[in-house]
Amino acid sequence: MKVPFLNTDTLPYCKGCGHSLIAKNTAKALEKLNYQPLDVIMVTDIGCHGIIDKCLNTHTVHGLHGRSTALGAGISFATDDPGKKIIVFIGDGGSTIGLQHIMEASRLNLNMTVVVHNNYLYGMTGGQTSGLTPTGFNTTTSFDGNPFEGYDICALSHTAGAAYVSRIMGICDFSDNLAIAFSTKGFSLVEVLEICPSYGMKLNPRRKLAEIVESSGRKPGEWTNNREPYELHQGQKNQDLLATLPLIKKGFKSYLKKPLSMVVSGSAGEGVQLSAGLISKAAISSGLHISQKGSYPVTVGVGFSTAELNLSPGHINFHGINVPDMIIVTSQDGLAHNRKRIEAMKSGKVFIDSSLEVPQTGADVIRYDFRSVGERNASVFAVFFWALKSGIISTESLFKVIQDEGKGDKLPMDKIKDALSKVK
Amino acid sequence: MQENKKGMQTLTDASRLIIESMARAGADAFIGYPITPANLLYLYGSQRMPLMLAAPDEITTLQWMSGLAAAGKIPVTATSFPGYALMIESINMAYMMELPMVIVLVQRLGPATGTATCGAQGDLSLLRGQISGGHPLPVLCTSSFRDCWTLPAKALELAVNLRTPVVLLTSKEMVMTSKSFDISVLPEIEKVERKYYDMKCDGKYKPYKPTDWVPDFLPVTQSKHQVRINASTHDQLGLLQHSTEEAMNNTRRLEEKIVKRAHEYTWYELDEMQEANTLVVAYGITTAAAKDALGQLRAEGEKVSLLIPKTLIPVPEVYAEIMDSYSKVVVAEENINNQFSELLYGVRKPRNHRFVGSMGKMITPQQIIEEVKA
Repeated sequence: MKVPFLNTDTLPYCKGCGHSLIAKNTAKALEKLNYQPLDVIMVTDIGCHGIIDKCLNTHTVHGLHGRSTALGAGISFATDDPGKKIIVFIGDGGSTIGLQHIMEASRLNLNMTVVVHNNYLYGMTGGQTSGLTPTGFNTTTSFDGNPFEGYDICALSHTAGAAYVSRIMGICDFSDNLAIAFSTKGFSLVEVLEICPSYGMKLNPRRKLAEIVESSGRKPGEWTNNREPYELHQGQKNQDLLATLPLIKKGFKSYLKKPLSMVVSGSAGEGVQLSAGLISKAAISSGLHISQKGSYPVTVGVGFSTAELNLSPGHINFHGINVPDMIIVTSQDGLAHNRKRIEAMKSGKVFIDSSLEVPQTGADVIRYDFRSVGERNASVFAVFFWALKSGIISTESLFKVIQDEGKGDKLPMDKIKDALSKVK
Repeated sequence: MQENKKGMQTLTDASRLIIESMARAGADAFIGYPITPANLLYLYGSQRMPLMLAAPDEITTLQWMSGLAAAGKIPVTATSFPGYALMIESINMAYMMELPMVIVLVQRLGPATGTATCGAQGDLSLLRGQISGGHPLPVLCTSSFRDCWTLPAKALELAVNLRTPVVLLTSKEMVMTSKSFDISVLPEIEKVERKYYDMKCDGKYKPYKPTDWVPDFLPVTQSKHQVRINASTHDQLGLLQHSTEEAMNNTRRLEEKIVKRAHEYTWYELDEMQEANTLVVAYGITTAAAKDALGQLRAEGEKVSLLIPKTLIPVPEVYAEIMDSYSKVVVAEENINNQFSELLYGVRKPRNHRFVGSMGKMITPQQIIEEVKA
């Protein structure tokens, strides 16, 4: 038995409302295309158009005001079955608040059709001006006529990349026009023009639809883009994010007996986060537990770059660092970012580049020319220096990390080794 | 997992664990919009999930997720407050439509855009009040790296079993800090088993007719039974109603399914010490400080217990029962208004309750120790 798309002849709209015609023509167009009702997913939202759901024998999804295009897009992403048809009903008000969703679906050329019920105002809420209301059109919120031009929703959708866009007068039989849109591969949008009998007609007496359309400059028409419809293009995927994590073998010893907090700080682009990673991995290979986090301004390529590390022979719970036990500072940016911390240190060690002013501090201060190996490598060299001087982890453990990760070619290791050999 | 590598450490952040956990549990898609401090989750999501979509904003994110969920997929996303704020109306929609999904909310310092790279625990009150009508939406909170492995999968399972969005609450310091970690200790994660309405049934499918409070699911992409999904007040068929008895029962059921089945997802840790009179309560990022504080206090001979709530909303009744059995309770959370206690007791907090709060800085073990001793 053939199931009709509409389960009633009595549609829930005001007398003379174009929405009834859109529903009937939609059903007719789908029948012409031989769709079965349950091959069709109708997505509607808040607005008079949305009360059609109960009259439909299709699947129905009734969402939020203006969001039906995005909701329909989500369904479209989920299915590549060409036998399914996703149709979105939306009003001119919904198109205003949900304009981004229409642009996005057009840009991606998703397999779906949006039917814009443009009756030039918000009907359900009392006849207010929408973004698609044309200049001079009276609404309950613009009695002297809308002073602004409405959006050209067709031009916007077409420009964004929709495969097929059309604007039609919502009169008589326009099922063939809808059928073209419904059978388009990719994104299609049909703007159906109508006048709301409850507000539009009363507030604009003696004006006819044809004249309004003519004066608005938004005439019926068709626009196409010869584009391939959306197809899922996903890059290479990891099958397991844990499998790609390198396991760190224990190959070194550390004589650290209690937790140590430390900060490495310098300038962006000078290897601070890289050197913190070296410490972390070398410490793990030395049997220590670590925590590591970075801190830098939102403009990641400029200004300070700071890393906070905790090293411990036992499990680390709390990883926050207020005043560290040790700090390595290799540039003015790093010093400015950590001056208060250095001043607050009552003990511990400060490893600071010899070009920098040393703040008042209770920590032992070790000054050295870390930037002698080049500013881009200052932090890495300082970390080797720190390992050598502090003995917390060995320089061999740091070299091993560099070797294992193949970073040897990117760092001037000979220069760093040479500089390290000169450290007394 | 990695049996042969037992005991070997790796360096990882918790964002990686969260995404891998959800992927193994059966998440189909990650829908993302960039926002700090949730960007690592986005990055890993794009590397791991079968489908990754870059949405143009967070409203679209939730709408796309809802469309995917209506078609039978399980989508996930991650954001922080500014993005979450945009999502809320759509989360209400997904809640009303009864669509499964997981939203990872990474807390940062507010209000508004606040400080994107500063941690916080300031969004709990928002989460409790986010559904119009006051209905609770399940919120689970990670308090350790291990939680970042186990709870995301449980969140996904809960979302499917209860047909609801679920929030996995975490914070900047939890997901952006790397730690040495032995991944061989992580338990296996089973793929969530989805149950559908029996397609062989010839009777009329009612999309919102519940079995054990939750309706049987069918995707809108099948062709045997008509599916109506509705964000407005609706009856069991999914048809829009004003306030009929059937529709009101359905709206009431949305709350009931979350509350009546709460026993299925009441997760917490209780480290009890015999004869302890003081209880420390901490969740999320503050748990680490509480554990260190407890270690020090006990080393000094203090008798203290620790409650770590994992299920935050709906608030399991057992929390108040536990707290009421101590003569002194210290609640530590990184906000300035003691949102967890307010969730339990409103503005009339018991007089034996003390609060350790902070703004813009992690709570330290010392702060908790001082309050326990005070």
